[in-house]
Amino acid sequence: MNLAEVAQNVGLPGRKNCGACHFYGGGADGVKHGDLDSSLFKPDKKLDVHMAVNGPNFSCTACHTTVNHQIAGRYYSKPAPVVHKLALPKDYGNRISCESCHSAAPHKESKLNDHTDKVACQTCHIPRYARGGVYTKMWWDWSTAGRFDKNGKMIVEKAVNGTIAYHTKKGSMRWEKDVKPEYAWYNGKMGYLSLSDTFDDRKPVSLNWVEGSYNDPKARIFPFKIYRGKQVYDPVRKTLVIPKLFGKKGSGAFWAEFDWAKAVAAGMKETGETYSGKIGFVETKMYWPITHMVAPKEDSLKCDECHSRNGRLASLTGFYLPGRDRSKGLDTIGWIVILLCLAGTIVHAVMRLNGRNKMKKEQLK
Amino acid sequence: MKMRIQLYARFERFWHWLQALLIIILLVTGFEIHGSLKLLGFSQAHQVHLFCGWSLIILSIFAIFWHATTGEWKQYVPTLENLDKIARYYVCDIFKGEPHPHCKTREQKLNPLQRLSYLVLKVFILPLQILSGLWYYYYNQWPVMGLSGSLETAALVHTAAAFMVLAFLIVHTYLTTTGGTLLSYTMAMITGWEEVEEG
Ligand code: HEM
Repeated sequence: MNLAEVAQNVGLPGRKNCGACHFYGGGADGVKHGDLDSSLFKPDKKLDVHMAVNGPNFSCTACHTTVNHQIAGRYYSKPAPVVHKLALPKDYGNRISCESCHSAAPHKESKLNDHTDKVACQTCHIPRYARGGVYTKMWWDWSTAGRFDKNGKMIVEKAVNGTIAYHTKKGSMRWEKDVKPEYAWYNGKMGYLSLSDTFDDRKPVSLNWVEGSYNDPKARIFPFKIYRGKQVYDPVRKTLVIPKLFGKKGSGAFWAEFDWAKAVAAGMKETGETYSGKIGFVETKMYWPITHMVAPKEDSLKCDECHSRNGRLASLTGFYLPGRDRSKGLDTIGWIVILLCLAGTIVHAVMRLNGRNKMKKEQLK
Repeated sequence: MKMRIQLYARFERFWHWLQALLIIILLVTGFEIHGSLKLLGFSQAHQVHLFCGWSLIILSIFAIFWHATTGEWKQYVPTLENLDKIARYYVCDIFKGEPHPHCKTREQKLNPLQRLSYLVLKVFILPLQILSGLWYYYYNQWPVMGLSGSLETAALVHTAAAFMVLAFLIVHTYLTTTGGTLLSYTMAMITGWEEVEEG
């Protein structure tokens, strides 16, 4: 190998380099993220205004800049930049947030700029994710894995849309594309469940969670893919457990013996963890921030997507959202007063008419 | 004897009808923003509402100036005198076809009940509506302006005022039909001239 030639040809990684792993997270195209899949190798403007091959054609490194070997991005330990400072291409620095280039007041209409303190750019500008034609996995139920047909063969079932609905090795699953995100207050910080953390197993367990609230000045409403499923856990200690997935027959591996009890026993032993010895399945959910696949501005969310009674933000309570909220008491009183006024005028009008008819009759007499 | 007098000056009529138009559009778009109607969609309703809101503010400034300089504001000074007679007329005598107890003149174009209700509209309801609207609009600038409070308070005050405006509009429109003919009061506000009892 000619190392001199290699050294002289070092360059920035291209989309292919990053996408080869990051577009296939979770084992296949689009499984995990929803906003990262193979459609971003050559997207058009409709799919991603930044990466569009007929547009700016940004590579990943245009935004994910690297300073002192730290690639800008979101980590569990390090929040996405909350200080939204400008970092134009000429500047050396962190360029990961939209505001780095666009500023916090990019709209011509001032009322739209009034939103940027509480609403992340992504919320309106990524109306849906998985828009490139690649399905993303929304539901993964491991509890049904391990079924075989009557000939003892593995089962693979497809859904109407052609995606895999059941696989003996993985269980039941559901895939979607063009998905509406779900929304949460998010200040850039995430928490996650460790193996030793206990939880309430009567409701879906959050494997990770996002921090922030309306009252947190650093938090904004942010779009997420919420990846739901069912996983094996310890119903006595109320903790997650680690199953052994692959290995030889006799090792306990689930994909060799298709027995969850054995797989968990083997997995916990190998990792040196303890558990009660009992297993069950619990519903889980996981937050995946949506930040890629920014749509052209004419496709961004229209006001009534959120400013309406049952809009996209219906579940984010604790603050007044015009068009969604009202005081039931005030409205009731208000409409009663209006009805009384209408009724009053109608009654008055009828009485005037009667009075006039009576007078006419008297005149005739 | 009846005679025709000019009750409403040209500016007054212009102001009245433009204000009526703006208030009706503000009510419709406002209640659409509120979620009670679906007509233009939130975005357009908001834009129209704001445009008419600012127009109403500008118009009100001109109207205040006009009232101040012409002395017409005196027409709204409230009085309790004869208020009982007017009240009795509307709940009783009107059905018997009796004449209106108030004699309109150029100097007293409003009856005591009108004086009172228009005064409440002008010094309480509309200012409340406009100020709460501005308060609502400038929500993001509150910290800079040294204000605090919740958006909800601004919105609820604004909504409550809107119900009052709507209630006023209904009763006011109905009462315009109680003149000599159904449209005679309305015509007076259009032409400026009204036939009154010589007194
Ligand atoms: C007769 C006059 C007016 C009426 C009847 C009216 C009525 C309403 C109503 C019913 C709402 C919905 C409130 C809610 O559900 O939260 C609303 C919203 C609003 N109004 Fe008014 N309004 C009037 C004048 C004004 C004026 C003068 C302004 C200030 C320029 C204004 C600014 C606003 C704002 C900022 C909103 C919040 C929604 C948005 O931003 O579009 N309004 N109005």
